Amino acid sequence: MAVDLSPIDENLLAEIASMHGMPKGAFNIRKDGQLVERHSSAFIEIATKTDNPGIDIRIKDGTKGETVYIPVIVTKSGIKDVVYNTFYIGDDCDVKIVAGCGIHNCGDEASEHDGIHSFHIGKNSRVRYVEKHYGEGEGTGERILNPTTNVYQAENSFCEMEMVQLRGVTSTVRDTNAELATGAKLVLIEKLLTHGSQEAVSNMKVELKGEGSSVQVISRSVAQDDSVQVFNPLVIGETACQGHVQCDAIIMGNAKVKAIPGIEAASEDAQLIHEAAIGKIAGDQIVKLMTLGLTEEEAEKEIIDDFLN
Amino acid sequence: MLELKNIVFEVRTEDGAIKRIIDDLSLTIPDDRFTVITGPNGGGKSTLAKLIMGIEKPTSGRILFNGEDITDLSITERSKRGVGYGFQQPARFKGMKVKKLLDIAAGKRLPMLACNEYLAKVGLCSAAYLTREVDKSLSGGEVKRIEIATILARDPKLAIYDEPEAGIDLWSFDRLTETFRDIHEARDGRSIVIISHQERIIQLADEIVLLRDGKVERTGAPADLMPVLGFTPKGIPGCQLSEPTELHLTEIPTTC
Repeated sequence: MAVDLSPIDENLLAEIASMHGMPKGAFNIRKDGQLVERHSSAFIEIATKTDNPGIDIRIKDGTKGETVYIPVIVTKSGIKDVVYNTFYIGDDCDVKIVAGCGIHNCGDEASEHDGIHSFHIGKNSRVRYVEKHYGEGEGTGERILNPTTNVYQAENSFCEMEMVQLRGVTSTVRDTNAELATGAKLVLIEKLLTHGSQEAVSNMKVELKGEGSSVQVISRSVAQDDSVQVFNPLVIGETACQGHVQCDAIIMGNAKVKAIPGIEAASEDAQLIHEAAIGKIAGDQIVKLMTLGLTEEEAEKEIIDDFLN
Repeated sequence: MLELKNIVFEVRTEDGAIKRIIDDLSLTIPDDRFTVITGPNGGGKSTLAKLIMGIEKPTSGRILFNGEDITDLSITERSKRGVGYGFQQPARFKGMKVKKLLDIAAGKRLPMLACNEYLAKVGLCSAAYLTREVDKSLSGGEVKRIEIATILARDPKLAIYDEPEAGIDLWSFDRLTETFRDIHEARDGRSIVIISHQERIIQLADEIVLLRDGKVERTGAPADLMPVLGFTPKGIPGCQLSEPTELHLTEIPTTC
């Protein structure tokens, strides 16, 4: 069921998944609520769900060095796409998953994509997950992305999730939940830039259930113009475990940022730390870059780009 | 050539009184000159450096650089005309790597060998530092040395260093004085202005400017002025036991 992709589609795919043409290996491309193209590989099987809209991705035990692409694009105004994608990652795997959603809305009605992603990560597996959200289009219609991410990590698994939303998304409510078994390790990196009158809410709940499990939450955000951001990361330690939550925000213009990092310990051996900082770009940073020949605007851009890196 | 003409800089204190930091100061710094500005704390040394870079604007007076009146130019414009400034307390940048800062300073993507040379001149191993972020994970001395490396990468016609020795350990300080001496000995039309109290730096100078209460109290060569400052001129500058930093690109290792 191959469908030709327009230049707009290709641009969105390049933005969110660094994809140029069809990728190799397993992938599933979804556009305006419909499947565009799908491909399974020898070790990764992608199948349509029977109960809900969406797909099940099954990765066999011992799969190593493979990448799965599951990008979604929305190019029509007035569409609301809800999709459930569930990953079953076997034991002893080492895989990369590239997701993301790009909206091009040139109409006046809202375009919305709500992706509910669940990850069941097997023992000793390593997963790197990259999710980029991006919006564009000259229309007045809102571009809404409300992702939910659920992660269930088995013993000694490692997962790094990098979730990025840079520009163009009018409104987002992000819910991220994780449960970690013995020895599991999770690194959760969230990068967010809001501008105009955009709103972003990020809720996270990480439960460290197994002994020796650990999580590192790194949130870096920039709030420009009149935008509003709210962060609610919560780490719960139920046993001997380690958790570190770090929220850093740069605030500009009339923006508002609220960071409420939470830690809950139910074991005397739980080591949980949180830190949060909100502030404007330091004047000495801008002055330093100006002494190196940049204008104030160029200096600001460099500082923000590297902060979000 | 930098010309400061009748510079006055005043600030309003908390009780509303006007305090004069720089008091009708005139000074000329010719090309190819190594000038050290010294003097007691609160004498206006750092303020003068900031006025030259454009970080502060004078209450009255004019600043000319190579004949052009730059008094009303921004920091950026002055930088583009060849004025450079090494901060006494350098800024830190979360997420910005040392390599990126050096690239911005040079105005281009620098080859690794060039980065190695700049960092080696301030006593840092580039293999260990180029990919480090210029954030709070670096010590005060490390950030200070990277700050100086950015000025070396920028290679301005007029480089102003505000107390470059502050926060730097003795070993690195040796290396630093050699670097300043090397730049000076190249005599390629570049001028260095260093604000310092350090005898080792002061004796490198062609001219010492003694600043007190916002005024130039005296100027002179080290031989004339060092006894006034309580130092003994040594005749030949620099530590005679150190090897000079004759760095050639091909000899710089990429790993340490």
